[in-house]
Amino acid sequence: MPILTKEQAKVILTKVLGYSKADECTVYISGSDGGNIRYARNSVNTSGAVSTTTLQVTSAFGKKSGVATINEYDDASLEKVVKRSEELAKLAPENPEYMTLLGPQTYGPQSPAFSEITAAVGPKERADAVAQSLAVSKENKLNAAGFLENSASYSALMNSKGLFAYDTSTDVAFNITMRTSDGKGSGYATRGYNDFSKLNAKHDTEIAAKKALSSVTAKAIEPGKYTVILEPTAVAVMLENMFFDLDARQADEGRSFMSKPGGKTRLGEQLVDERVNIYSDPWSPELPGSAWAGDGRPQEKIDWIENGKVKNMYTSRYWAAKTGIKPIPNPGSIIMKGGTKTLEELIKGTEKGILVTRLWYIRSVDPQTLLLTGLTRDGTFYIENGEIKFPVKNFRFNESPVIMLNNLDEMGKAERTVSAESNQNYLLPPLKIRDFTFTSLSDAV
Amino acid sequence: MKRKDFIYLSGMGIGALMLQDLAALGNSIDPLQALDGVDVKIKKELADAALNAARAKGATYSDIRIGRYLNQFISTREKRVQGVVNTESYGVGIRVIANGCWGFAATNIVTKEAVAKAAEQAVAVAKANAKIQGESVQLAAQKGYGEVSWKAPIEINTFGVPVKEKVDLLLNVNDIALQNGASFVNSVLFAVNEQKYFASTDGSYIDQDIHRIYPTFTVTKIDRASGKFQTVNALSSPMGMGYEYLSPRPEDKVPGIVTRYKNRYDILEDVKSAAKNAELKIKAKSVEPGKYDLVLDPSHLWLTIHESVGHPTELDRVLGYEANYAGTSFLTLDKWKTGKFNFGDKLVNIVADKTQVGSLGAVGYDDEGVQCGKWDLIKDGILVNYQAIRDQAHIIGLEHSQGCCYAQGWDDVQFQRMANVSLQPGKAKLSVDDMIKNVEKGIYIIGNGSFSIDQQRYNFQFGGQLFYEIKEGKIVGMLNDVAYQSNTQEFWNSCNAICDESDYRLGGAFNDGKGQPSQSNAVSHGSSTARFNGVNVINTARKI
Repeated sequence: MPILTKEQAKVILTKVLGYSKADECTVYISGSDGGNIRYARNSVNTSGAVSTTTLQVTSAFGKKSGVATINEYDDASLEKVVKRSEELAKLAPENPEYMTLLGPQTYGPQSPAFSEITAAVGPKERADAVAQSLAVSKENKLNAAGFLENSASYSALMNSKGLFAYDTSTDVAFNITMRTSDGKGSGYATRGYNDFSKLNAKHDTEIAAKKALSSVTAKAIEPGKYTVILEPTAVAVMLENMFFDLDARQADEGRSFMSKPGGKTRLGEQLVDERVNIYSDPWSPELPGSAWAGDGRPQEKIDWIENGKVKNMYTSRYWAAKTGIKPIPNPGSIIMKGGTKTLEELIKGTEKGILVTRLWYIRSVDPQTLLLTGLTRDGTFYIENGEIKFPVKNFRFNESPVIMLNNLDEMGKAERTVSAESNQNYLLPPLKIRDFTFTSLSDAV
Repeated sequence: MKRKDFIYLSGMGIGALMLQDLAALGNSIDPLQALDGVDVKIKKELADAALNAARAKGATYSDIRIGRYLNQFISTREKRVQGVVNTESYGVGIRVIANGCWGFAATNIVTKEAVAKAAEQAVAVAKANAKIQGESVQLAAQKGYGEVSWKAPIEINTFGVPVKEKVDLLLNVNDIALQNGASFVNSVLFAVNEQKYFASTDGSYIDQDIHRIYPTFTVTKIDRASGKFQTVNALSSPMGMGYEYLSPRPEDKVPGIVTRYKNRYDILEDVKSAAKNAELKIKAKSVEPGKYDLVLDPSHLWLTIHESVGHPTELDRVLGYEANYAGTSFLTLDKWKTGKFNFGDKLVNIVADKTQVGSLGAVGYDDEGVQCGKWDLIKDGILVNYQAIRDQAHIIGLEHSQGCCYAQGWDDVQFQRMANVSLQPGKAKLSVDDMIKNVEKGIYIIGNGSFSIDQQRYNFQFGGQLFYEIKEGKIVGMLNDVAYQSNTQEFWNSCNAICDESDYRLGGAFNDGKGQPSQSNAVSHGSSTARFNGVNVINTARKI
């Protein structure tokens, strides 16, 4: 089934709602077309085209609701899926937290998340990009392992109270690891775009190749507290754990880093350095997102942390109603304001420090303080007197993003980056942080 | 384990996200529909249509997997059911070799015409990829088994138990937690049934029925005055079993400072204990960092085995196929070839086993038609073997595959996945109590917690659920803020005692992630309690 237009989606969702006999009914349809290539040992090992589409119906009788999904779209199937969701709703236990559906909503304009160029990408364009990447590997006598994936998708939501929402987007993900043949050097690059024409697989592979070649003969230095410069992809994996935990209910219930003794929360308090500003904006040209959340709530531009103070937390409609706060949905994308300096300028201004190009295998150690552990990977370098002096062996760290943002020294210019842990895209600056805690050395390359 | 699943499981308050994630695995069905199967005769006809079509287009080898994947997921918090989801995914995946290269295609239209067309597409993909392929596929020989079948030896099909009975059990779990002082509790039950039919041009037609179950909970205790909170997770294990896993038997209980479980689980007893321990954990002493002798319970050690032994002995990682994602391995071929690489103490014997009854990885045949077996990975502390599939067997001098091929669904291409990897019990009689008696300064760790390991599997850090301080041979109280850091080879060489087989239990990962796009695999790890001397313990307490 191809990508449905707004009008086509409206027709099919209206038809599905016509079969409903429930008190309330919500119909959601989404689909995507795309493909991927995976390569390793300088050779393609898997590739495929993926096309998916799903229709989901949620029916409710009073506070009892049931969900059913289907991927067939003839009239009989559509009627069947509605009936099945109604049967499941009748069997379901009552949900005291069920919220009556939203009526018609006003959404901002469609964000610039859809690219016709990306939508037209097929196996040939993917193979051409991978061939460029493999050529860099061959030229430098390195081992390439990478993954390229692109997709075009749409989603539409309609309910029995008159709400209708529609959205389209395209996505491109490219990541590449280059290793030296002796296994002593490794480099990585990861990119995410909406527009395939922005992808420069050759350039990104060259960055990974440079890191691989310059990370051989790494020296071991003592673990401890160091000034670090984190490249944006390393910043992403640290900060996203803070974003994931900005839920108002968890904070109110006393089980998040946002909870305080005595049952209060840190909302409105100075949490981190006053230069920290974190927000979401579905209409950001560099990182566009959807104008609506999964349950139909409109997305807005929201400040999460303003001048280091927590300004807002997201919440379910149920919890917002219960506690009398504004029902702000989870954001689709997160942006941190940066400075004006390039990464090179940050390095130039550093007397002694460590450049961390990637952090990996991040896990929560203590949700109370957001303490995380993980390791550096694919290129870690010692900086002295404003210059990269030599590669260093990888470290394990134990650090909290909250402590880290209190130890902020300087920020560079924000750029679009990808978390290698969650695959989420962000707009984040490189950060220079004091007293970042490395707790042991790793022999891994 | 997939990080996403880890986040969901560690913060089960966000149950709605889990529901969405699971619903994506397939279409919803009525629970009773799960009990119907697909006729083997129809599946054989479909298989022949695909294999013949691939052959006609020039494939030198082809296999087909007709899969029906069923999931049931019930989640609750406190007195409320958050969701009951039943999903089904049914379709066909066809893999071929043409011009020396793999090709794959899948379809959810299960007719002879559609599967034949998909087979032709797979051949076209193989021929296209062959043009930029560096190495030709070398497939280990495999005899055809004819028409055979394998069924997991379950006693009660979880999908046949009424939803109400399962919901009532979970709500009962929550009530007990709240009555015993918990501030919050989430409990969930996952059930999986894979109905898989495999056929290949080697002449195999294999019908299999696989079941998995995972009941678990998280109890949270909050001390409002101090603002501290602690969680304790269930000591259950995901198992390759039916609903009988939830029928407690006295002989499957391991008594001790907390009760632990073998092949049957008493969820009501465990939640009562967890609620009380969550309260104790808030008041527990913060650990003094330093070197300790660690006594690790199987409910904890399984994850250390998984990360530090299971993953680095996967041959695809050793060869570099996972370099861009999960990473490579420090157990390089040159180390294995010496026949002397000292992975651990001579007490350490670790086996891969795809036949272990009740384990998550147990199947009759893997997803490329190889009958499964058991083999040594670490023998008397020495690295002796890896985990391989058919197109890798020749690299380590094997004539046949070890049967480690798996795909998470019909629409995913099969690749090398971890077998059950388990530490063998000690040969001499040794109980946990006797082991603890000889520890002067140690920590006894029960249950798995935070985990992180580097991309070549040298440096790791693990937390846990419950930590008990051992002083001069006695448990003296509970500890908090404990994590240990070590290097895989040093750690396994510091193993100086393993309890006997009477203490042997399975733990496991329900969703182990690997590959791009990522695929999930379920795998068990068995052990008896083991002791590791002089391991570095850090204190994880911080102030924000």
